[in-house]
Amino acid sequence: MKRLYLLLAAVFIILMLLPLFLDNYALGIFIMIFFWAYVGQSWNVLTGYTGHISLGHALYLGIGAYATTYLAQTFGLTPWIGMFLGGFIAVAIALFLGFLGFRFGLRGVYFVIMTIAFAEITRLVVSHIEALGSFTGIFLDFNPSFYNFQFRGNIPYYYIALGFVVASLIAVRILEVSKAGRFIVAIREDEEAAQALGVNTFKYNMIAIAISAFMTSLAGAFYANYIFYLHPNSLFGMSMSIELILRPIIGGLGTLFGPVIGSIILTPLSEISRAYFAKGGLEGLHLILYGVVAILVVLFMPKGIIVYVKRLLEPILKLSRDK
Amino acid sequence: MGGIYGLIALGLSLIFGVMGVINFAHGQMMVMAMYVSYWIFVLLGIDPYLSLGIVAAVIFVLGYLIQATVVNRILDYPEAMQVLPLVSMGLILENIALLFWGPDHRSPQTALGLETLWLGPVMIDVSRLIAFALAILITILIFIFLKKTNIGKCIRAASDNRTGAILVGINVDRIYNTSFALGAATTAAAGVLLLPLMPISPYLGHDFTLTAFIVVILGGMGNLIGALVGGLILGIAESVSTLFLPATLKHAVSFSILIIIMLFRPQGLFGGKK
Amino acid sequence: MAVGELSFELGKGEVLALIGPNGAGKTTVFNCLSGFLPPDEGEIYLEDRQLGGLPPFLICQMGMARTFQIVKPFLTISVLDNVMVGALAREKSTATARNKSLEIIDFAGLSAWTYKEAQGLPLPLRKRLELARALATRPKVLLLDEVMAGLNPTEVDELIALLKEVNRQGVSIFLIEHVMRGVMALSKRVVVINYGVKIAEGSPEEVVKDKQVIEAYLGKEFLSAQGS
Repeated sequence: MKRLYLLLAAVFIILMLLPLFLDNYALGIFIMIFFWAYVGQSWNVLTGYTGHISLGHALYLGIGAYATTYLAQTFGLTPWIGMFLGGFIAVAIALFLGFLGFRFGLRGVYFVIMTIAFAEITRLVVSHIEALGSFTGIFLDFNPSFYNFQFRGNIPYYYIALGFVVASLIAVRILEVSKAGRFIVAIREDEEAAQALGVNTFKYNMIAIAISAFMTSLAGAFYANYIFYLHPNSLFGMSMSIELILRPIIGGLGTLFGPVIGSIILTPLSEISRAYFAKGGLEGLHLILYGVVAILVVLFMPKGIIVYVKRLLEPILKLSRDK
Repeated sequence: MGGIYGLIALGLSLIFGVMGVINFAHGQMMVMAMYVSYWIFVLLGIDPYLSLGIVAAVIFVLGYLIQATVVNRILDYPEAMQVLPLVSMGLILENIALLFWGPDHRSPQTALGLETLWLGPVMIDVSRLIAFALAILITILIFIFLKKTNIGKCIRAASDNRTGAILVGINVDRIYNTSFALGAATTAAAGVLLLPLMPISPYLGHDFTLTAFIVVILGGMGNLIGALVGGLILGIAESVSTLFLPATLKHAVSFSILIIIMLFRPQGLFGGKK
Repeated sequence: MAVGELSFELGKGEVLALIGPNGAGKTTVFNCLSGFLPPDEGEIYLEDRQLGGLPPFLICQMGMARTFQIVKPFLTISVLDNVMVGALAREKSTATARNKSLEIIDFAGLSAWTYKEAQGLPLPLRKRLELARALATRPKVLLLDEVMAGLNPTEVDELIALLKEVNRQGVSIFLIEHVMRGVMALSKRVVVINYGVKIAEGSPEEVVKDKQVIEAYLGKEFLSAQGS
């Protein structure tokens, strides 16, 4: 176990020092790796750990992005605070969704479709609100400053994104070993059995979805101030919801490092193939590649790539009995 | 429109009813059908209504392949893992369309496309009328197929009880392949019927997949009559809603209906099994 | 109606068995008692507190735990993690829950598998796990649903010994059981139901000789063939 920590510390130090050696473009790729790893992790907290599948998680990302932007543009509120307010809104909506879903006992497919429905309705509604950019979307002004959560160059974004990922890993780890975390996993394994053992499954389902929504929406603030353009179709759309679940599923659903590993593998693939193919005028090809990779991984490595990573690292790290 | 929704939903319901798999690529398959039909029209000049059979056959084959290679292996997977490959499939199909035909909308000018008819005080597009009629016709044909033919009976057997079907000697794999393909073909038919009515773009897939879900849930998962009726209801509801709300919000209405149904009557209007 | 006229009492520290032919409604009774199926009529009391209509998790917290006929282990996590879920119903901290769980695992004879994934366990051990988990919630009353089904005679005897010890420590047990040896060895009283209605009650020896009980299991023809 200690060896694992040493490895992680080493990786961390390397990552901290990378900006000294990489150019802006390469840093950009890392930023996206961290971003998707973080968002994937947030989604993982709900789906990977409770087993309730959400295909509408873009909803929370969008809420975070739009909330912080609106507050910043209208009230001049710094996104550093705005993102928590966005977070509360996201939690409120998540709890509402959760209430409808869990109270009424919507299982499996029905719950999935409910999450999609929520995201789609929000997308359509936001597309009609003038104050939120309606169909054209919102362009953010570039006024770099710490207060505005906007920076010149990629280096600050890099460290912030890295911070997000590290924080999420720590937070999820703490959750994993806590009472709440154990109950949440029990729900995934067998909700009825959990109830028979005294677990208030409704309460813990709500906790899980709230945490997940909160975490996801924080990333929305980052997104807004890094991409500088918001549009309901891209922020609340199914493509976003699908994008953000790919990495955790490929990496290893329900595991701590799954989303990270998934992002390390998929994100560079995506970014590079997109740039490469777009140049050749073959726009959609990178998405086709995506789809194929995703299908292959699910067919041949259903538990996620993390299983193989663990096997690889086993002899080095001697990960046997733990916890 | 309701008839078309019903048709798409029929395909989805068939697939779900037989195999328990939610085909997230359903809408995208329909779009493929639309493109194929469009191509045929543009290249060969054959009106979509006439090429319906061919297009349906093409998509049938496509569906068969997809089922045989991908879907068959994921039948026993937990739901989360089933979702991803199909969603990815949808993604792939969508982007193949994008690749071949570009992101712009295309509208074929078919012979009957712009004609209208007066039915009493109401003016109706001929194409919508034909679409509705054909949709019902196809649905009836499928019913007869399932009830009377051998394959149809095998399909019903396999969907009721997989193990039992195997024991009786039915080649379940092949039946599954056929069912999926049939579901795909049904959806393809819907697509072809849709062609004269709206411009195609590769991104249409999503919307229709979701609409199909709504109809299926409305009518009851796995219940085929329900799919048709659900489709009609939804079609009407959406049209009605355009009287009060901007047209672009009509999907929001559908989704709201969906949520309410799921909460209060999850087995749909006709469901009851499982 | 799955269960009709039925009423009985379980004394403190007693072992009561519920038997009856398949489909008699036994598991339905359990489901009502444990909160998975709210009863349409009637009342359920645990030491003066009404349990009818409460959700399962509250009933467990109030001291009535159950196992399932078809065991439901948390498959992908370890035996220890499984038991800890039960223990956390009572313990405040994860650390104490852990210790308590280790004790119970030891008591149930599962020590060798403490850190193994539950899905690697064969059925008899899964049944023990199910029992251990329920015990971890420190129940006053333990509802056991056919916990001996599928076990060979040696395993049954081991389980009987274990349950005797559990009872000796003060847990009242209410068990549904088809394995008669278990019923005879453990229970002080037996309730027999058929078609959702109680048809007999008494000590094991009495009940086994009861005409109605025999008829329920073996049919009228058997009785007349026996010439009674």
